[in-house]
Amino acid sequence: MQRYLFSRLAQSLLILIGLLIIVFFMVRVTGDPASLMMSREASPESIAAFRHKMGFDRPLIVQFWDFLTHVVVGDFGNSLHFKTPALPLLLERLPATVELATIGLIMAMLIAIPLGLIGGFNPGSSIDSIGRGLALLGQSIPNFWLALILILFFAVKLRWFPSFGRDEFKSVILPAFVIGLPTMGQLVRMTRSAVLEIRGEDFVRTAHSKGLEPRVIYIKHVLRNVAVMLVSVIGVQYSYMLGGSIYIEAVFAWPGMGQLTEQAIGWRDFTLVQAIAVFGSVVVLAINLLTDVAYALIDPRIRYGD
Amino acid sequence: MATREPPPPQAADSLLDVERSFGQRLAYAGRFLWRDRSGMIGLVLFLVVVAAALFAPQISPYNPLAQNLRDSKIPPAWYQGGSLDYLFGTDNLGRDIFSRIIYGTRVSLTVGFFGVLIAGTLGLVLGAIAGYVGGRVDSIIVGGVNMVLSLPYLLFVVFIASILGRSLINVILIFGITDAPIFARVTRGEVLRIRESGYIESAISVGARSGRIIFDHILPNLIGPLITLATFEMSRMIFYEAGLGFLGLSVPPTVPSWGNMLAAGRKYLTSSPWIATFPGLAIMFTSLGMNLLGDWLRDVLDPRLRRSRK
Repeated sequence: MQRYLFSRLAQSLLILIGLLIIVFFMVRVTGDPASLMMSREASPESIAAFRHKMGFDRPLIVQFWDFLTHVVVGDFGNSLHFKTPALPLLLERLPATVELATIGLIMAMLIAIPLGLIGGFNPGSSIDSIGRGLALLGQSIPNFWLALILILFFAVKLRWFPSFGRDEFKSVILPAFVIGLPTMGQLVRMTRSAVLEIRGEDFVRTAHSKGLEPRVIYIKHVLRNVAVMLVSVIGVQYSYMLGGSIYIEAVFAWPGMGQLTEQAIGWRDFTLVQAIAVFGSVVVLAINLLTDVAYALIDPRIRYGD
Repeated sequence: MATREPPPPQAADSLLDVERSFGQRLAYAGRFLWRDRSGMIGLVLFLVVVAAALFAPQISPYNPLAQNLRDSKIPPAWYQGGSLDYLFGTDNLGRDIFSRIIYGTRVSLTVGFFGVLIAGTLGLVLGAIAGYVGGRVDSIIVGGVNMVLSLPYLLFVVFIASILGRSLINVILIFGITDAPIFARVTRGEVLRIRESGYIESAISVGARSGRIIFDHILPNLIGPLITLATFEMSRMIFYEAGLGFLGLSVPPTVPSWGNMLAAGRKYLTSSPWIATFPGLAIMFTSLGMNLLGDWLRDVLDPRLRRSRK
């Protein structure tokens, strides 16, 4: 277990270094980061002054070392728009994004897992068709558009929910539903196929043939294994939701990191966008690492696999 | 070489079976399509979109860029105040929404097609090298692929797009490059599987050279899984292109694209909801069509993955 943990940790660190290299060179790929970050009307003199102030006139390798040593201690530089360090601006927005993703995930699980279980145990039944239809819809509906339509219907016409903001608990329902919908689809599919797969396993047949009650088999042999298979899917989906809430937060004016991304793009605040890309990736990597560790803890086959 | 044995009839259950003539394959695909109604719907939706893109100038009643401020924000024909002149109504600048939707297919399909072409080519080359050469080259490529695939995709695409600026070429390049790892992963897996199979061993044992093995045995077997993947990835790119447009990061605002239309319609959501509704529906039907088509292609091209239809 320790060896697995160690190799997984080393892998995450390598990915992190690769990520920093990509981010560093992406900002410089257009040739001149100074004119990218300044407004289009800026004079050549002020761009030159800015270039010097940000250190863009130094050798690349020096800049990269500087970037690396600062990022490691959590210093992403100052936001160009606010003129204050970028990291606190992000951390301020993190709880809202976590709240949205968590409630979205819970909603998705509450709807998808029962549908998937029923579908898996009764393939071809009408509830199975509903579940599969939902899965297809979750895949095909553009979530930014669905957000607009739900606002129009539930907030403007029916006035059941507020159309934007994060002032009362009710305001999380619509954005959480939208952000959870693709996950819902994915979960229905995965649960359904996991049940179908495990029902055909040898140990289930053995349990049947030694005369166990079907109820016991379903709970002890099938459901437990389905739960193990779902852990990794849920972890991955959760990290997608944390990293992919830009549209939904933008539409619902939900004050999280996604909305900050949209605003930072509007302000041409590239240091802030860069900080969000790095920080968001770190959060996602951490969730993936935790998921894998949890998976290895539950399922001994992973631990001793390699 | 010895004379070929006629293939056993039940084994030849794939569209890509080399023993079949083109006509037989087509007939086989047709029979399969007829049995799979959702695949049929997918194909029809996809063909409608392609036709709209090809014949946009003939279909659309207006120039998609023509502004007519006197006729701005006219609702769709079946609403009160709408007229048959503008089937889907007009936007805030009086442009005909129907014509813009038709022209929008061009942007979406261009991004999807060329994005998949680039991603598929890059991924095929990388994945084939990794799978065929193995060793250290393999672990470097696999490491790179895993790295890109474990980053938050949307956040990254948005980050890169915000730096590169709005142009069609940039969007195609972004999707083409960031999506290549998925193709590389699938290609590598397939190459490894094919290499282990008995017929490659036989080919090697009768003295076939690398080139012959790659082009005669490995590549034809890759076509099925890659075409299926390409369909799903194209649908995903069309989706993400619209999303970038929605954030103002895709093609320039003057180009009629579904994402740009959504972004513009968002401001008039409560007063003129149809401006944002139609581009969203267009994205949804395209995406739905391609997902259904992909499911069907997977069935028809690869009998091993056939869905259980109980």
